Amino acid sequence: MGRLLRKRPALGMALLSGVSTAVGIVIVLAIDWFPVQASTASPQIDTLWDVLMIASVPVFVLVMAVALYSVFAFRAEPGDLSDGEPIHGNTRLEVIWVTIPFIMVSALAVYGWIVLDDIEAKQTDPLIVNVTGQQFAWRFDYPDEGKVKSTELVLPEDRDVEFRVNTDDVLHDFWVPEFRLKTDAVPGLTTKIRLKPSRIGEYDVVCAELCGLGHATMRSAVRVVTPEDFDAWIAKEQQSETDGGAAAAGGDEAAAGKQLFTETGCNACHTLADAESASAIGPGLDELSADAEKYGEQNDQSPEEYVKTSITEPDAFLVPDFNAGIMPADYAEQLSPEELDTLVKYLLSVSGEEKP
Amino acid sequence: MATTPEHAARISRLQQARPEVVMHGLREEPRGWLAWLTTTDHKRIGIMYLFATFLFFILGGVEALLIRLQLAVPDGTLVTPETYNGLVSMHGTTMIFLFVVPVWAGFANYFVPLMIGARDMAFPRLNALSFWLLAFGGIAFYGSLFFEPPGAGWTSYAPLSDDAYLPGGGVDAWIFLIHLTGLSSLVGAINFIATIHNMRARGMGWGRMPLFVWSILTYSYLLVAALPAIAAAVTMLLTDRHFGTDFFDANGGGDPMLWQHLFWFFGHPEVYIMILPAFGIISEILPVFARKPIFGYKAIAAATVAIAFLGLLVWAHHMFTTPTSTVVLVFFMMSSFLIAVPTGIKIFNWIATLWRGSIMMKTPLYFAAALPALFVIGGISGVILAVFPVDWQLHDTYFVVAHIHYVLFGGSVFGIFAGLYYWFPKMSGRMLSEGLGKASFWVMFVGFNLTFLVQHSAGLSGMPRRIYDYPESAGWWGFNLASTIGSFLLGIGVMMSVVNVIVSIKKGQKAGNDPWKGNTLEWFTQSPPPENNFDVVPRVRSVEPMKDIRREVMKGAEPAGTVAQPVASGT
Ligand code: HEM
Ligand SMILES: [Cu+2]
Repeated sequence: MGRLLRKRPALGMALLSGVSTAVGIVIVLAIDWFPVQASTASPQIDTLWDVLMIASVPVFVLVMAVALYSVFAFRAEPGDLSDGEPIHGNTRLEVIWVTIPFIMVSALAVYGWIVLDDIEAKQTDPLIVNVTGQQFAWRFDYPDEGKVKSTELVLPEDRDVEFRVNTDDVLHDFWVPEFRLKTDAVPGLTTKIRLKPSRIGEYDVVCAELCGLGHATMRSAVRVVTPEDFDAWIAKEQQSETDGGAAAAGGDEAAAGKQLFTETGCNACHTLADAESASAIGPGLDELSADAEKYGEQNDQSPEEYVKTSITEPDAFLVPDFNAGIMPADYAEQLSPEELDTLVKYLLSVSGEEKP
Repeated sequence: MATTPEHAARISRLQQARPEVVMHGLREEPRGWLAWLTTTDHKRIGIMYLFATFLFFILGGVEALLIRLQLAVPDGTLVTPETYNGLVSMHGTTMIFLFVVPVWAGFANYFVPLMIGARDMAFPRLNALSFWLLAFGGIAFYGSLFFEPPGAGWTSYAPLSDDAYLPGGGVDAWIFLIHLTGLSSLVGAINFIATIHNMRARGMGWGRMPLFVWSILTYSYLLVAALPAIAAAVTMLLTDRHFGTDFFDANGGGDPMLWQHLFWFFGHPEVYIMILPAFGIISEILPVFARKPIFGYKAIAAATVAIAFLGLLVWAHHMFTTPTSTVVLVFFMMSSFLIAVPTGIKIFNWIATLWRGSIMMKTPLYFAAALPALFVIGGISGVILAVFPVDWQLHDTYFVVAHIHYVLFGGSVFGIFAGLYYWFPKMSGRMLSEGLGKASFWVMFVGFNLTFLVQHSAGLSGMPRRIYDYPESAGWWGFNLASTIGSFLLGIGVMMSVVNVIVSIKKGQKAGNDPWKGNTLEWFTQSPPPENNFDVVPRVRSVEPMKDIRREVMKGAEPAGTVAQPVASGT
């Protein structure tokens, strides 16, 4: 090899590049780049990726081989002051290295478009799921399945789903890495995205667009289940929603309050032991009853009034060390007055000083 | 001084060549600090630019290391989410607006007039204004450290950047930075355009202009084309924040997508603003150190212009996951592919320049030869991101972070270091240490790849960008730890070059006028050049005027219409 390289550098290089390309392609295909495939789009996108990798390796190898070979083989000896060959260019080469990349990217464009068309193809009888992003939590509701609301995304396997993505405040981005699709939630617009889950399992909904302090923790669970389990889940949720209302009316306020706390997304930012949340973006609420008394007094408010204004007008009074503009300011619209009362009572009841 | 008849003839010839200078009263030259503050000399302004932008580079680097420390382990607690978002926003903004874009203005200020054989820029006072606008932009921005740094990333997407979500003054400081540095760049760009169009040496037609000057001309036109869009956008954001307008607020009938279009209409050309001058430097350095003409001069110059033109037509490839009609996005996918073709042309021409050269293995060559190798990775990942079904998975992940850094660090910053090692002897009259320079190169090279190669994998396995922590169960710990270790190596490598500069500026070996046997006119004059640059400007008869001059001197003849040696070096 060494002798060949010295005698016929171009030929030697071609051989060496051929071998490295083959090795490179084997390596990039062997690596498991992505999370598991959980939607019908996943295999298509992964194949597209593989093709891109196969096309990239020769380009990379060629550039590296010529660059490396040159700096080793054409190095001037110390003291050698001669010039290199006075070659100013070569029109035929220029034409070649314009044409080949052009053909390559054109082919990729066509292929990319075909995959796209396939993924965006019409669906039959899709399950509609409304997705709403909010600083810093996701909410899901199923308008055609008895308006079930949930903070967990449950989907039946092998059924087309159409997500209609919205946001209450800033940009978010709805992404399930295992589904290989992501889409922005843009204020004032509804973004549609369609896919078909193809693998039973539990994954995460991730927010991919910087949305503020809680961006990193804005995650929810996705469960892909069998169609039977899905129907059972819908039935149970419908039941518990009537139960939840009944519980609130009938006295189990603690359960209703806890549910509101998590469903509204308060747990994304506030620590509260009773609701098993441990986020530190906003003030912790485990000592809220004491705090409410203290700050309420400063503002001439009863503890209840203080907690209520803190929810509906978060910037009216700022807890020391926390800044304005972080907590969403629209809970007065999201929650009914009854729900608000339930929440306030719940918070004051579970945050006694006796708790550690 | 003994006067021979020859000498007298030569002096009189020189005097004829000099333009007549009329003085209207003479002010005394200020000295010391004041000389720097009041200077309009393009070389001093260039040095001030380089000094200031390198300071910002160090600041941005410290921010980056803090980010990497926070992410080194899962559930990091080094900084709060608020500080983290501040760090991310300051880092990106600093590196782009206060380092890479203006550092080119620094190099160009110093070297464009020298390379085209001019005695200063076209508008020297305007030139000083550009520098001071940049300085004030940086100060206004870093002032926000004392109240509240911005928290919406370098892209400041609305509505997060609106007053409802980030009421503190950080975003306003960011807006002022964009305005001030934007004005600085605009004024500078107009100055470069005027200088390059009008002040080239006799004989330097467009086909003989150095490729670095071509790249600066293109950089300047791109700035003029792209900056108005962002100036408009940040003004609208400012009025949204403080004067009740609703340009980007959907509740008031505005549209957050408008921000993204305006931002990226500027933002994509901006990336070429940051890379084309690096391409230009490489196109100067490779032929000098390969001792061989640049391969395909015309193709490279044409590719520069083609990239700039296409660069204005690809902006929505940053918006593939937004609600936008598919046909529109397909158009942007195609145009992004097309731009890979002229980019490829350059890479192929560079490596063809090395082929069969007689290569001098000096530090500038190390950086310059590494650039095509690293940039090709960033170019390939760019094409992959432009395939928009694949971008659905990769958008806003660490894969994009890796792409950015391969093009901006592996491309622009390695180009900047190549330029620093190449031109330092001209600017200071002294050589940088080769040993320390090469060591710095290797530490940077290894550190860089360790930091950013693994980030491709982190992104592919689902790690979103701009997150301040991640759970252990996510499985990204290994990637992140490697990346953090790499980043500290990279930092050490950079500091080795900083030390090299500080030491060599006083103690370095004397460089002489032309230590590398350069091709272009800056090597014709002394190091550092006198205030008027050249006493006599030679006539240019090829892309490599210095090679012509050296050849004629070897033949023993004085080149017609000029003198072989800069006379100012003392008789
Ligand atoms: C072959 C040429 C290139 C192509 C096809 C390309 C393509 C892309 C695409 C599609 C994205 C968006 C990825 C996403 O957000 O999902 C992107 C992001 C980016 N690219 Fe490139 N790129 C190229 C070269 C460059 C160069 C030369 C630079 C700078 C020197 C650059 C700097 C960036 C930056 C800074 C971003 C990230 C912006 C952000 O979201 O913060 N790219 N590129
Ligand atoms: Cu772009």
